[in-house]
Amino acid sequence: MTGNAIIEFNHVKKQYDDNVILKDIDLEIERGKFYTLLGPSGCGKTTILNLVAGFTEATEGTITLNGKKVNDIPPNQRTVNTVFQDYALFPHMNVFENVAFGLRIKKMNKNVIKEKVAEVLKMVQLSGYEERGISEMSGGQRQRVAIARALVNEPDVLLLDEPLSALDLKLRTDMQYELRELQQRLGITFIFVTHDQEEALAMSDIIFVMKEGEIVQSGTPVDIYDEPINRYVADFIGESNIVKGTMIQDYEVSFVGHTFECVDAGMRPNEKVEVVLRPEDLVLTSVEKGKLTVQVDTQLFRGVHYEIIGYDRDGNEWMVHSTKKAKVGSEVGLYFEPEDIHVMRFGESEQEFDARLESYEEE
Amino acid sequence: MKQNKALYFVPYTFWLILFVIAPILLIIYQSFFNIHDDFTLENYQTYFQSGTYLKMTLNSFWYAFLITLFTLLISYPTAYLLTKTKHKQLWLLLIILPTWINLLLKAYAFIGIFSMNGTANQFLSFMGIAPQQILFTDASFLFVATYIEIPFMILPIYNALEELNPSLISASYDLGANSWQTFRRVVFPLSLTGVKSGVQAVFIPSLSLFMLTRLIGGNRVITLGTAIEQHFLVTENWGMGSTIGVFLIIAMVLTMLLTGEKKKKGAIR
Ligand SMILES: Nc1ncnc2c1ncn2[C@@H]1O[C@H](COP(=O)(O)OP(=O)(O)OP(=O)(O)O)[C@@H](O)[C@H]1O
Ligand SMILES: [Mg+2]
Repeated sequence: MTGNAIIEFNHVKKQYDDNVILKDIDLEIERGKFYTLLGPSGCGKTTILNLVAGFTEATEGTITLNGKKVNDIPPNQRTVNTVFQDYALFPHMNVFENVAFGLRIKKMNKNVIKEKVAEVLKMVQLSGYEERGISEMSGGQRQRVAIARALVNEPDVLLLDEPLSALDLKLRTDMQYELRELQQRLGITFIFVTHDQEEALAMSDIIFVMKEGEIVQSGTPVDIYDEPINRYVADFIGESNIVKGTMIQDYEVSFVGHTFECVDAGMRPNEKVEVVLRPEDLVLTSVEKGKLTVQVDTQLFRGVHYEIIGYDRDGNEWMVHSTKKAKVGSEVGLYFEPEDIHVMRFGESEQEFDARLESYEEE
Repeated sequence: MKQNKALYFVPYTFWLILFVIAPILLIIYQSFFNIHDDFTLENYQTYFQSGTYLKMTLNSFWYAFLITLFTLLISYPTAYLLTKTKHKQLWLLLIILPTWINLLLKAYAFIGIFSMNGTANQFLSFMGIAPQQILFTDASFLFVATYIEIPFMILPIYNALEELNPSLISASYDLGANSWQTFRRVVFPLSLTGVKSGVQAVFIPSLSLFMLTRLIGGNRVITLGTAIEQHFLVTENWGMGSTIGVFLIIAMVLTMLLTGEKKKKGAIR
């Protein structure tokens, strides 16, 4: 398709015996961007990476790398390198030998190898650790060795399978910055796997949200956060309040007994829909000024904000993130803008969703 | 609490003293007495001066080496294939099974198979080849010894290969290595611990094999084991027998040290 695509999946299907793991995956990876595969355990994220790296074969469909079909090319001939979930560092080699492995296979000149290894170790801030054994490295250091070992081969694409999941929170956040920064500096395409939505939002150019072997939605973090295609995505990405509603007509939706102005359109009149309101878009105000009235049930201090749970008269639960405190048991008003309302149709596919958005955004 | 734990070791310590330490001390003690019960270094002199004993020692090492080599050559590929098969447990059981049968019984079975009108020769005549002397040859001795030792080599190698993290192999391919390079640079080095234990388990007992040397080798192969047996049971020169025993023990300790785990820097255990 576009000239900038480095990896393309065309109707790729993967099954083990009768178990369908990936159903009809279509995707396009552009050069130099940071992609994230996001989804719960077992949805097929690693399987997609394995298909790109060549560790498994697609049952159906074609996979192209740099415009060439690679379905039958073994992993050692693909210009792709992987950072494994468990790092898979060679325990019988020191840091230097681990990083040099790929270069030695390519029979590079010894001095060149030394130079390149030193350079890449400097990049991941591990200069001086060459002689260390793998067991003498901390989790975060091992992860950086794994990244260095992959990067030193100058791959077209770097695959990272949940490389941060084994690290503690502080180190994980640090590494998120480092990885993102590294990717931007080198301009190498990253495909990153995680089941942590915050990680995905923080790091990616493009996120693929997966569910049971399918890509449910793809887009920039902002797109996916602001315009989740369905309840699954809305729930998976960030906190959300989801209530049933009816689309009265374009730009007018009714829920919890009121009709509100909104920015969504392109649906049938009186179509049943689901409405998403993010907790941080709801503003605490007086009952008179609020568009909704809820009774505060619980309140938790979360550091940056209070997480307030309240119930409206119909018994719907509302979560509000507010920097202001509320009084438990009191009635408060909730205010929001029309653009804070996001309307989702039932069973809409990504293509239909995109088409609909385009149709009314052009006007 | 500590007292209690120490208590558990009492039976083992007892066993160790009674059946390991005491016999070794006794052997060393015995080795200083000649056949007339005089305290002397005569036995050691004999050992080094008469070429026979040194030759015997070399012979023992040579045969133990050959047995270990053949066993290794057969066992490594077998263990490797074993890790790739389905029904691993079944195959493993089949390999272990022969070790549960008494060594003598197996030796007698081979006498039957290798004798002039045994199964092996029947097969040869079926192929149109005249009966051969198979029994009482070096080859038959090596064959049977190797057969007997194979399970002890396969098991540790198999275990080492099974423990290997499969993502290391993926990583090797990922970094551009082909199957042979992956084997040479990743699989084989990481299975070396198993190979070492296997070599220990085979080489050391092979140094002192004596039943097989007699029954299958027809005493054409003389090892340290055979010599000890002769001195204790036939010539009743216990002192000389003990001296050879001392050298056997030294040889074993040396083998242990050579094949033993050297604490490698950075190796993950
Ligand atoms: N070799 C295999 N044989 C049979 N089924 C497999 C095989 N590998 C993976 N699967 C199945 O494929 C599905 C997807 O696995 P995959 O490893 O891609 O999940 P994942 O999204 O990476 O999950 P996680 O977040 O837990 O790593 C799982 O249900 C798994 O059981
Ligand atoms: Mg996975």
